[in-house]
Parts: sequence; structure tokens; C-alpha cells
Amino acid sequence: MRDDNAARMNLRLLLRPLAFIAVLLLLWEIGIRRQSSHLLPGPWGTVEGIVDLVRHGLLLKYIVASLFRVTWGFTLAAALAIPLGLAVGWYRRAEMALNPILQILRPISPLAWIPIAILWFGVGDLAAIFLIFVGCFFPLMLTAINAVRSIPAVYVNAGRNFGLGTPSLVYRVLYPAVVPNLIVGLRITLGIAWLVVVAAEMIAVSSGLGFLIVDARNAGNRYDLVVAGMLIIGVIGLLLDLGMQSLEKVKSFRWGYSED
Amino acid sequence: MSQTQSVIAPTALKTKLSVDRVSMVFERDGKQTDVLDDIDLEVGDGEFVCLLGPSGCGKTTLLNAMAGFLSPTSGEIRVDGEIVRKPDPRRIFVFQERGVFPWLTVEGNIGFGLSKLPRAEREKRIAHYVKMVGLQGFEKTYPQELSGGMKQRLEVARALAVNPDMLLLDEPFGALDSITRLIMRGELLRIWEAERKTIIFVTHDIDEAVQLADRVVVMSARPATIQQIVNIDVPHPRDISSQRYLQLRDGIFQQIGLAHKL
Repeated sequence: MRDDNAARMNLRLLLRPLAFIAVLLLLWEIGIRRQSSHLLPGPWGTVEGIVDLVRHGLLLKYIVASLFRVTWGFTLAAALAIPLGLAVGWYRRAEMALNPILQILRPISPLAWIPIAILWFGVGDLAAIFLIFVGCFFPLMLTAINAVRSIPAVYVNAGRNFGLGTPSLVYRVLYPAVVPNLIVGLRITLGIAWLVVVAAEMIAVSSGLGFLIVDARNAGNRYDLVVAGMLIIGVIGLLLDLGMQSLEKVKSFRWGYSED
Repeated sequence: MSQTQSVIAPTALKTKLSVDRVSMVFERDGKQTDVLDDIDLEVGDGEFVCLLGPSGCGKTTLLNAMAGFLSPTSGEIRVDGEIVRKPDPRRIFVFQERGVFPWLTVEGNIGFGLSKLPRAEREKRIAHYVKMVGLQGFEKTYPQELSGGMKQRLEVARALAVNPDMLLLDEPFGALDSITRLIMRGELLRIWEAERKTIIFVTHDIDEAVQLADRVVVMSARPATIQQIVNIDVPHPRDISSQRYLQLRDGIFQQIGLAHKL
């Protein structure tokens, strides 16, 4: 019975936004048909654009290209920024030394690094990956620093009380205590990575969803492809975020998100 | 002072813990605060001692120093004749219930200090202490889903599982409702009688101290000094309406400077 109810609840939660989207699409189509100036392709035109992309084998290729860059840039940033941030957060003096530099570098938009990325890596995948890396590195490092600093002293004291040396303290207390905060940071940062890849692909490479948008405009004002690209970017961004969000439901992490 | 005054542990017991002229000065923003002033105390092996004093008087600081989390500014604390320099699994500090690890289940928490034991032995001990604190059926539960009293019992079980000589409890029942608190006192006494650990129990609750302790160490406001040490010579289980109990309790009320009337 309860499972049944839960399923019905879920269905309703899913149906409501879908119905709303359908209404919007309808209004969009009607709006487009009532005036003939080409401000925007209609939903139907967009669907045709997507079909066109699939038929040319471009859609999957571009999605894979974008995801490939995001994966590398994001993973590299996480692999470096998280351990570094944890160490810096743990050693108060390191944090005091580094913090001003971090605070200056952090507000620089990753896009401002584009000329330098091209200077260092030329036009290509590496430049795009570097830009994503830069965009993710600073927020992740700050997340890690703050996560360590907000560990309640009782956990660390309890760990030491049970005779843990530094390596086991890191592995058995420090790490599990920061995971919930890190997941929130990773989730936000993956969103940033997805924003940056589109911008990077407009300038530094000739494949990917960002490139698709610029290319569609340059090569004959194919705005149906532009809007198709935008939609696909949005949907994939949503899926990435849902994936990260599902980590927050893991039982040994979930304590970090409740009010209690 | 009264005939109950005695800094020395009862002679029948071997000295477990000795606090020798311990003073503690905290420095913050260039300002010095005296927290503990020349504390002398001996606790016997297997004794139950309550440190009683007003909030912020420094009794928790003293307990932290006993645990080895803080070092005294002057003086020495010895356990079994050995100077305390750092935390040690032979004396486990029990925080209020927030000390359990939220990322571990009940089993995981109780087994936390047992990672060096072989698996079978570890599981046996976990099961033993799960049962002792009455958490059967909750082995796989995360602390988030436990009540305050259950979390507190879990923390006590985690501490007992490593078989320490001493338990240092810092107002362990302070955050519980008054009914749960009474039950927990009974549980703690039951466990103490079964395991005979030396227990140092910090509280600001006079009734709690007189119900539990062999001796109550009454501390003054900051900088903390020992005002008086009261032997509670009422056998367990204690009749808390007996003449002697009330007499001892009212004596402490007076010592602290509270008329026992509202």
C-alpha cells in the first residue's frame, strides 16, 4: 500500500513540471506562428534541428566531446584542490598564508584566462580542459578548506582519545567528517564546469556543444541549431546535477544535510 | 571545615588518579584568565567522583586536562603514577551525545576503538556492549535516527568497548529530558557496578552528584578551587528521600551558597 502511494506521489511530482513544460511549448509555438519575424525558431523547428544533428551524427559526437573536456578538467581540479584544501585547512598557518592569494584569484572569471590558455596550450582540447580546471580549482579548494575548519572539535578529540595517529585520524575522522560538505562543493562546481565548457568551446576548439552554437550561427544563421544546442546543454546540466545530488542520499553522508 | 573534608582517596583503594597543585591560565587576546587555581585531588581505583560547580567554573577544563587534551600551566596530573601528556584509550572522555560519529552506524561507533582486534573478537565485543546499553535491533542504525538518550548510551558503549580504566564524563546527561536523565543515571550506576571503572563525572546538578558519586568535589566559581569534598556514605541503591541523603544534599546547597528554597 505504502509503496503504491509513494509511486503515485512520485508520478504526480513528475507530471506537474512536465505538464507545465508542455503548456510553455504550446505557447511558444503559438507565439511563433502569430508573427513571422525570425526572432526565435519554434519548438517544432528546434526538434527538426535536433533531428538534423542526429542524422549528421553530430549530436552524440559533440556531447561526448563536451563531456570529455568537463570530465578531465573537473577531475583534475578535484584531485588537486581537495587534498590541497584539506591540508591547508588543517594547518592553520598554511591557511593564513594562502588565503589572500586565493581570495584574489577566486573572483577572476575563468573566461578571463582564455588568452593565457591559448598562449600556453594553443587552440585545442588542452586549452578547454585548462579553463575548466581553473574554473573548478578555486571553488573546490575553498570548499575543502572550509569543510576541514568546520569539523567539530569533539570528533577530532574523540578520534585522538581512541589512540588514532595522524594517518588514521585523517582517514577515519577527518575524511568522513568533510564528505557531506565536499559533495555540496562538487555539485556546485560541476555546474560551473558545465558553464565554462560551453564558453571555452566557442573560442578554443572546433567541436562540442559550445562550438555547435557558434558554428550554427556563423554558418548560415541556423538558429534552430542554436536553440537545439542550448536545450541539450540545459538537459545535460540537469542530469549531471541530479547525479551529484543522488550522492547526498547515501546513508553515511546524509547526516550532513539534515536540520537535526 | 566539616569532618567530611578529605583530599585523599579512601585508604582502602589504590590511588588511580592524582591531581597535584594544578593551575591553568588561559591567554586570549593578550588577556590572562585564571581558570584553575592550585587544585589537589586524589581519586581511588574504581571510585565514582563527581566534580560539581557552577557553569563556566572550570570543571570541564580540569576534566580535559585529566584526559590529556590540555596541559596544565603548572602542576601535574598522574594516572597510575604516570604523568598525563596526551589522550589515551585507557581513559575515555565522554562528551554530551554529540560526540558519536554521525557517519558510522551504532555498530561502527562501538567498534571504532577496536580496529586492531581480530574480526570475531571485535564482533563479540560490539554485540556485548550493544546489549549492555540496550540498543539491540539498532545495530545498523545511524545516530541521526536515534533519540538523545540512545545516542548518549551509544557513546558510553563506545567508550566501554575499549575497556578503559577510567571514564571521564562531561555533563553527559545535560541535554536530555529529566525522565531520560533519571533512567540514564540508573544505567550508569548499573554499568559502573558491573565493570568497576574509575569514573570522573562533571555536573552542575547537585542532586545528580549526590545520587551518583562516592565523593562529591564541590568547586568554586572561576578561578576554580576545591571548596569541599563530601563523602556520600549512602549505599546504593540510594534512597533519595532518606534522612542522610537529604542532609548531605542540603549541606552542599548551603556550601554553594544557595538557600534550598524557591
